[in-house]
Amino acid sequence: MLEYNDKIREISARLLKECRVEMVIGFRKGSMPMMNEPCFITKADDAGQLVWDSNCGINLANYLTNRKEKIGIIAKGCDSRNIVTHIIENKISRDQLFIIGVPCQGMIDKRKINAMFDGGVQKVTEDGETIQVDAGGQTTALAKADLLQQNCAVCIHRNPVIFDEMVAEPVDEQQNVDRYEDVRRIEAMNPEEKWNYFDDLLAPCIRCYACRNACPLCYCPTCFVDESKPQWVGKGQDPSDVRTFHFLRAFHCAGRCTDCGACERACPVGINMRVFTKKLEKECFDQFGWEAGLSPDERPPLDTYRPDDPDDFIR
Amino acid sequence: MEDHVLNPYVPYPVRIDDIEVATEDKSLKTFKFVFLNDGDEEKFAYQAGQFAELSVPGVGEIPIGIASSPVEKGFVKFTVFKAGVVTSHLHNMKVDDIMGIRGPLGNWYPWDLLEGKNILIVGGGFAFTTLRSSIVYMLNPDNRARFGNIDVVYGARTPGMLLYKDELIAWEKRDDINMHLTIDAPADGWEYNVGFTPPITEQKAPQGDDNTYAIVCGPPIMIKFTLPVLEKLGYADDHIIMSLENRMKCGFGMCGRCGIGKELVCKDGPVFTLDQINKTPREY
Amino acid sequence: MNMKLVKIDKKQWANGLEDLRNSYRLFGPVKEKDYHSFKALAKDEQPDLSFSNSRLSPKTLLFPQSEAIIEFSLDENDADHHIMKSVEKDVSPQAVIGVRPCDAKSVRLVNLNFDTPEYRDPYWADVLAATTFVGLACDEPKSTCFCTSVDCGPYSEEGLDVLLVDDGDSYLAKVLTEKGRSLLDAAGWGAAEAENTDLADRKAAAEAKIASTVTTDNLKNQDLMTLHGASFWEEVAFGCLNCGTCTYTCPTCWCFDLQDEVHGKAGKRMKNWDSCMFPLFTMHTTGHNPRGTKTQRVRQRFMHKLKYFLDKYDQGIMCVGCGRCVSQCPVNIDIRKICNLMNAYQADNAACVEQE
Repeated sequence: MLEYNDKIREISARLLKECRVEMVIGFRKGSMPMMNEPCFITKADDAGQLVWDSNCGINLANYLTNRKEKIGIIAKGCDSRNIVTHIIENKISRDQLFIIGVPCQGMIDKRKINAMFDGGVQKVTEDGETIQVDAGGQTTALAKADLLQQNCAVCIHRNPVIFDEMVAEPVDEQQNVDRYEDVRRIEAMNPEEKWNYFDDLLAPCIRCYACRNACPLCYCPTCFVDESKPQWVGKGQDPSDVRTFHFLRAFHCAGRCTDCGACERACPVGINMRVFTKKLEKECFDQFGWEAGLSPDERPPLDTYRPDDPDDFIR
Repeated sequence: MEDHVLNPYVPYPVRIDDIEVATEDKSLKTFKFVFLNDGDEEKFAYQAGQFAELSVPGVGEIPIGIASSPVEKGFVKFTVFKAGVVTSHLHNMKVDDIMGIRGPLGNWYPWDLLEGKNILIVGGGFAFTTLRSSIVYMLNPDNRARFGNIDVVYGARTPGMLLYKDELIAWEKRDDINMHLTIDAPADGWEYNVGFTPPITEQKAPQGDDNTYAIVCGPPIMIKFTLPVLEKLGYADDHIIMSLENRMKCGFGMCGRCGIGKELVCKDGPVFTLDQINKTPREY
Repeated sequence: MNMKLVKIDKKQWANGLEDLRNSYRLFGPVKEKDYHSFKALAKDEQPDLSFSNSRLSPKTLLFPQSEAIIEFSLDENDADHHIMKSVEKDVSPQAVIGVRPCDAKSVRLVNLNFDTPEYRDPYWADVLAATTFVGLACDEPKSTCFCTSVDCGPYSEEGLDVLLVDDGDSYLAKVLTEKGRSLLDAAGWGAAEAENTDLADRKAAAEAKIASTVTTDNLKNQDLMTLHGASFWEEVAFGCLNCGTCTYTCPTCWCFDLQDEVHGKAGKRMKNWDSCMFPLFTMHTTGHNPRGTKTQRVRQRFMHKLKYFLDKYDQGIMCVGCGRCVSQCPVNIDIRKICNLMNAYQADNAACVEQE
């Protein structure tokens, strides 16, 4: 995806020069392997700072919430769906945005790569479908397809659903993708197995809230975990509080989550909390035929009523 | 003062001895506490200007300025505004309920510096608590001679919102203190000033000079308009003494949250001169 | 306090550790999944000294993320209902085996906060007093380590009672304190003196491997208010998520919250880690928030670590160069970059210092 760099910079510089926008939100190259830093530029001359590669897993729609400026934003498929959700939920208005659409070919999973090389990764470069990892004095070439973030591996909306200008021709969407293989595997467990699975999953959680803060959907001025009147959730490490945070956050994202994977990418302790949001995503799909953020003209199922809504839970 | 408190997290157990509704809208109550254990009151020896953490087991703790004065023995008093979780719970407590107090915490008004000086006290709303402590301290026969003139400007919305009204009126009648009480708008039976605290200060307060200090406590809006008045009256920044508030938890300088620049409001403050405040980031 | 080097044959290592258990509770780096944590060592469990460093710092051993410090009964039938009492901690001797020099130094810095002339936190201080630190010198620093720029280094001895150096089939142990001497004796590792081994060369070699540096020489001279009003904060703060990752993984961060938890008719007051990154940290009950914007909070973190702490204690910056925040920040906010920015900052003569 390095071929997008020039186009991104050209569009951004043009937008700023013509004063179509006051700022462009994108990424600049990070100081660590496989990391880019979300940034903004306000001058056309700075467009050269912007980069795009397979390390852009953080969701830039997160930085739009409640902003007042006219903004150019670089958005891949999932990001664009979150922009749609933001528009529907009045967190940004469409006419503030110039969406620079990026047809995404998937992001690589830095945790997976670090684990393969026992954390001693010095440098990672990409060349089309090959990822070169320099670690411990050696260079290893790997297939990008084997290194994708888990959400990218099952992505069916790689192309932006809303944009003002695309940086390249759309890419083919992945076919015959089983999005819910992992969810079904857990659904098949008996209660004791599930309990142990979730206990083990959430054990490393340090309540840093990186997952919540990286998520574009989580914009409540006071998150439920921080409420004190009344206090719903304890602030310590009691496992019942840790579980409550994760389960309830997933419910709050139900029908809205685009599976961008920013939560998992942000988590410093490697928790695969997407199992919760994917379960709810599956429920929304099965029960309402709903996928979040595909069109700004459709209201989500959890704030609409249709006479034919499933009601077999009413006995 | 206390050299090295053994465990600063553990409160002294106290009993609520009296609860008085302090303002006509019932948003403030004055609590009188007595220490359960002999010797704790002596350990709690405090100076006017300090605060304490009122500690309600199962609910939480709140940092409140000490309203009673060091010269008053046998109890400690705090006037508490009902605002959040702990203060609401406290407002529903009863006489004889048991809870805890940690302290005394923070620094105090610079009594050494104020020795032999004239003092102007400007207070607004319910920030008057530690100012009461100070006035009672200064007016005490053992202490009065150590200070020069004392002027007090204290304003509230209505007479019923003035704290310690009976005491204020008694002080007004004394000749060793000049009280300038004021309310926002005229009210039946009100004999004193009418007007906001800043303009009344401008009218009634003495000029500032090397021998005069101002102690100012009040809501941000009052402070904002009072400081220019004091400047006009000639008070230098290091002659204006203020008491800051900030969100606190431990109260003794370790949890980190009340920090402004290098200062910790609970430990290096809450009393600061305006000069010191101007040298810190405006994050309070 | 003798400074001779003791040679510990690795064949005697396991036995020595088991002997130590007679007088110490043992803690050390333990591998879990793909990372290490400092944990209590089970019987016959050895610290994994092949680790580079733990994900969370060993401050968890002295300052747990969530700790009950006060307990009370709310049952009116109890004689001492509503009387708050301190929770007793285990302050029997404990030893941390394999702590890195950066983390050992961090304990000294954090101690400045918890043990002051006026107040002493017994939950920290009593446990610290009971702890013997056996450090492990770093011969293979990570690319994110910058300890040598911040008054520390891969062979630094500050905060340690013993410094171990891996010498292949043995450890060389430099005894630094009486506590360290007692520990070696208890383990039966006192006997063999290492022949003529000077650590200076190894130290130099390890330090030469530190590839990452920061400049701090001008921080002390910088005017606090000018730095606070610097123009770069908004840009620095933009990507930040205001999560607690940096503060929680940092060995020198120590902010905490006090919260009561009630179960039925009894309760505890918990001391939980807290973070200046969270919006609620400074929120007043009235709704007023002195640091209500992300930029203010991000600025606070770096000003505290690199300027306020420096000015207040004159013992260097509040950072030991361990690199955890750099490698774990989800959006690559890099303290090294910011430190250099702050060190080099020069305000425009024409610009006013804006108080935001």
